[in-house]
Amino acid sequence: MKFTSILTGAALALGLAGAALAQEKTKVGFIYVGPVGDGGWTFEHDQGRKAVEEAFGDKVETVFQESVPEGADAERAMTQMALGGANIIFATSFGYMDPVLNVAAKFPNVKFEHATGFKRADNVSTYSARFYEGRAVQGTIAGRMTKTNKIGYIASFPIPEVIRGINSAYIHARKVNPDVEFSVVWVYTWFDPAKEADAANALIEQGADVILQHTDSTAPQAAAEKAGNVITFGQASDMAEYAPLPRVSSIIDNWGPYYIARVQAVMDGTWESTDTWDGIGPGMVKIGEISSAVPADVKAEAEALRDAIAAGEYHPFTGPLKKQDGSDWLAEGETADDGTLAGMNFYVEGLSGDIPN
Amino acid sequence: MFRLEKRPAPSRFWTASTPVLAVVLTMLAGGAMFAFLGTDPLAAIRTIFWDPIFGEFAFYYRGQLLVKAAPLILIAIGLSLGFRAGIWNIGAEGQYIIGAISGAAFGLAFYPSESILLFPAMIVAGALGGWLWAMIPAILKTRFNTNEILVSLMLVYVAEAMLASVSSGLLRNPDGLGFPGSRNFKDYPAAHNNFLIESAGVHWGVVTAILAVIFAYALLNRHLLGFQIRLTGAAPKAARFAGVNPSMLVVICMGISGALAGLAGMFEVTGPAGQISIDFNSNYGFTAIIVAFLGRLNPIGVMLAGLLMALTYVGGDAAASTLGLPGAAIQLLQGMLLFFLLAVDVLANFKIRFGKTEAA
Repeated sequence: MKFTSILTGAALALGLAGAALAQEKTKVGFIYVGPVGDGGWTFEHDQGRKAVEEAFGDKVETVFQESVPEGADAERAMTQMALGGANIIFATSFGYMDPVLNVAAKFPNVKFEHATGFKRADNVSTYSARFYEGRAVQGTIAGRMTKTNKIGYIASFPIPEVIRGINSAYIHARKVNPDVEFSVVWVYTWFDPAKEADAANALIEQGADVILQHTDSTAPQAAAEKAGNVITFGQASDMAEYAPLPRVSSIIDNWGPYYIARVQAVMDGTWESTDTWDGIGPGMVKIGEISSAVPADVKAEAEALRDAIAAGEYHPFTGPLKKQDGSDWLAEGETADDGTLAGMNFYVEGLSGDIPN
Repeated sequence: MFRLEKRPAPSRFWTASTPVLAVVLTMLAGGAMFAFLGTDPLAAIRTIFWDPIFGEFAFYYRGQLLVKAAPLILIAIGLSLGFRAGIWNIGAEGQYIIGAISGAAFGLAFYPSESILLFPAMIVAGALGGWLWAMIPAILKTRFNTNEILVSLMLVYVAEAMLASVSSGLLRNPDGLGFPGSRNFKDYPAAHNNFLIESAGVHWGVVTAILAVIFAYALLNRHLLGFQIRLTGAAPKAARFAGVNPSMLVVICMGISGALAGLAGMFEVTGPAGQISIDFNSNYGFTAIIVAFLGRLNPIGVMLAGLLMALTYVGGDAAASTLGLPGAAIQLLQGMLLFFLLAVDVLANFKIRFGKTEAA
């Protein structure tokens, strides 16, 4: 007997045993890339897990594993959960993409949900949030608030997700302040407080008085607080402990409703492989409270933008827009299609520097 | 009170039994830590040390033990040769990364080749990459007398930066929609380090690790070079009188450990990991240092230590997800292992005498 069929057999046996139990309990697994206490990305996924527990009470059992390296270790961690009888597994980092598909092929009866990826299968869904919508609001506040006209951006990896965020923030900062300049620092990590603090300090020394971050720790917030006269935004999580200054607002990932809906679908037997990409409108992206450090008119402007995006009246990537090299991208009134956004690998006109590769 | 008296020679009994004692102490202290965390200590220890080998899902875990242990053993064997001679290659992690990049790049350059010669050539490329990366600290040491600990360690960070660069640039999957990471070797059969026996977790890296253990054992016990390594470690001056060329020994030991680390990286990237990605390296190169010492720098010991370390990883992950233990608790447990091993080393080198110190 082939090994994969042994695994499948075991899974089936468990599935059958599980089916008897399933009337009472659905087992939900979560794989996290960072520690649950990171205060950002993983923290919010874990909030989503807790929301699932709260919503279903005794009807679910959740398990999670934190700080799982991307690669062979992730494959083992998910196999472990599937063997342990998990009915649905949420893999919450881009780097788990190929491992998810490998494990999913061996456990056809287990449902898999992969965050921020693009490969799907009959039992693999993908989901992500339109964080760039939040970046538009953030850019507006940043452009209005900066006095030095220098905005520092701590970027993690040169992937479409991060590049979209830089473009969206820049477009909207420039819209309200044509003199604004962005300095982007690539730190090649999602979570490394020491590196993030170094990057923040370097940007502040270069004169930046607004720090935007696409990394998960609160270290840049602490660096800005220490430097004084620098504002920041919470990333992935509210980071409200740094409000009202330096943190003036935040982009919050709100996974709870999605997780609850997907677990419900497994319970009802209606789960299907889908691709979800939700933004401010459906509530997957939230704008954290704009603090008292922001003048009332700027706050009103930012909230109006937020509401327009939520209502679908405004798309953050609306033409006329050119690419960095000066070539045309979007004509007047044209909005970007999801395909271009999903694979975005270019800066818009006005941004300086190159995307590293 | 008691005092320590240095033994004329390390005790053979304690040298052999301190690793076992260290494991027992780790279980006790680790159990206490788990109890403080509110987990049943017996259940935790059983999940980590027993279940992967004898538990319900052992059919899966046993294979995973070899998958996890192979790179550790391969790297640690190379390191232990140098460590014996007092040559401190701390940068195996960097050599592992460069070996992986070299092997993968060679294979991807010929995509979509179907030649059966491709995989052997990639193995050579991987070993060569690791060897070259280790030659930098080796040549700097022999020519300019730099410290190989610092140079090899700092080259790890250079290698990590190169890994991030090729993942999002040179080796990026052209069909990957702009996302970082290379093509997956699972979809490239001629370059894939597939399982030879899947249920046992045996791939070419495991076979190579076993060969490396045998090779190192023979080298140390049957070969002049092995004698020179042991002599240099025990008495550097005597070694010089015996005609050992210290520079040559640095180059050879760094070269072997670099090549083996490179091989480990190459087998990992084309097999279990499957692709070059920004976070491909997962500290095998550093963990192997612990494995080398846990194994007493002895090839057979290194093999057993590698399996034990793999067990704490595989079992630790299982405990993290089934018992809800925090990831940091598992790392603490692994740290305790090295800590206790170093602590009980005292027994091998010293006698404990009870009673008052006699006046000299």
